[in-house]
Amino acid sequence: MTRSKKVGQQTFMFSRPLPIIGTATVVGKKEGEGPLGEYFDQVVTDPLFGEKSWEKAESKMVRTAIQLAMQKVNLAYGDLDFMFGGDLLNQIIASNFAARDVPVPFYGLFGACSTYTEALSLAGITLDGGFAARVLVTASSHYQTAERQYRFPTELGVQRKPTAQWTVTGAAATIIGEGGSGAALTCTTVGKVVDMGIKDVNDMGSAMAPAAVATIKQHFEDTGRGPDYYDVIATGDLGSLGKALAQEMLAEAGYDLSKNYTDCGVLIFRPDQDVHSGGSGCGCSATVFSGYFYSGLLSGQYSKVLLVSTGALLSPTSYQQGESIPCIAHAVAVEKV
Amino acid sequence: MGAQDPNLDKKLYYWRVQQKKPRPPVIRNTLLAFTVGGLICVLGQAVLAFFQSLGMTAKEAAGPTASVMVFLGAFFTGLGWYDELGKFAGAGSVVPITGFANSIVSPAIEFKREGFVLGLGARMFSVAGPVLVYGTVTAVVVGIIYWLTKL
Repeated sequence: MTRSKKVGQQTFMFSRPLPIIGTATVVGKKEGEGPLGEYFDQVVTDPLFGEKSWEKAESKMVRTAIQLAMQKVNLAYGDLDFMFGGDLLNQIIASNFAARDVPVPFYGLFGACSTYTEALSLAGITLDGGFAARVLVTASSHYQTAERQYRFPTELGVQRKPTAQWTVTGAAATIIGEGGSGAALTCTTVGKVVDMGIKDVNDMGSAMAPAAVATIKQHFEDTGRGPDYYDVIATGDLGSLGKALAQEMLAEAGYDLSKNYTDCGVLIFRPDQDVHSGGSGCGCSATVFSGYFYSGLLSGQYSKVLLVSTGALLSPTSYQQGESIPCIAHAVAVEKV
Repeated sequence: MGAQDPNLDKKLYYWRVQQKKPRPPVIRNTLLAFTVGGLICVLGQAVLAFFQSLGMTAKEAAGPTASVMVFLGAFFTGLGWYDELGKFAGAGSVVPITGFANSIVSPAIEFKREGFVLGLGARMFSVAGPVLVYGTVTAVVVGIIYWLTKL
């Protein structure tokens, strides 16, 4: 080791920019009809995607996103050294079952809705460490699979609270490493678990906001950068309430994010799409970044993006036992090169 | 969040959230629940009146009326309409017996994919189960009190 890549407490500066080779996104009907619809590669109108169950459909979305990404960049599985992927389901079956058809060494991850930046972060560390030349990153979520696992059967007639969020149906695949150009990973700030005692499972944004604030603050402290360094700082799925809370707490800490802060959960749906506080799920930040922000980086609309995916690390068992919701946020900086 | 007392931090954060949280539209929800719930009951009353017109007493007509209402709740759950009504009407469509049917049929539909035994059979009462358990327990307790006071 010549010089430590670690700066400050939780941040790793990569020794060189790690270029993104390509991305692909597959989303559901509602996401396709949302404001970012045109940025997604494929819109699947059938929640079952021609399969027998929603779980199989989610897995097929992951597989399809991988295939699309490979075709776009004209690579074969043999060109990839690792796949990092995860989703929200028990035992991450959407990713594990998709990886069954992908002959690439596989690390399955669970970081709840933070999985996408968790995977990007690990991909960056693996590439920069010289352990791989090209890495595939995936993340997915599906409205129906998440509802039935975490909440109620989808046909149950219940009223949602205004703080509730709508799980994004979507999968994204991102390939990073040798041969890429345009946009590149430059550093990552790895989050710590933060639990501010929120127990309301219908209000994930409030539970996750402190984790996002902690990671963003740490990122600024470690790197010496301020909010103005980035064209856009995007949290993963705090929704409108969580976003307002995060912005307020960061302002109190002396970081003014009023000009360039947004949230993928707020971007992906229109308020009139009956989604209450906004989108959520691993697929939320994964598809918004791989679809919208990545194309913005290529077109020159953005040159520096900080993506901070946020995850609520609860399970139905933990909240039924009265536990509060531990949360995490990982940040990845992607810059135009 | 690095203050000395983590519990104080949590309390302060709780209040911060409470102040920012959007409130559910209680008056609108209450009016809708009252209206839709009332309409479901009017429909039930009409069915009851129909059975009475066939010559049944009110007590005799109660059974078939409940069956018809449960069938309607189940039928519209199967069509995927009852959850839409529930979003709109809240408690108005949960409290009547049609809502009870919805709470049994919706998990039955949903978990059929896990098979008829471990899925449909085992999960069918995952929402309605607590209502049945505590409803029965309450009925027994009230029955005992009634019996004791009549002795």
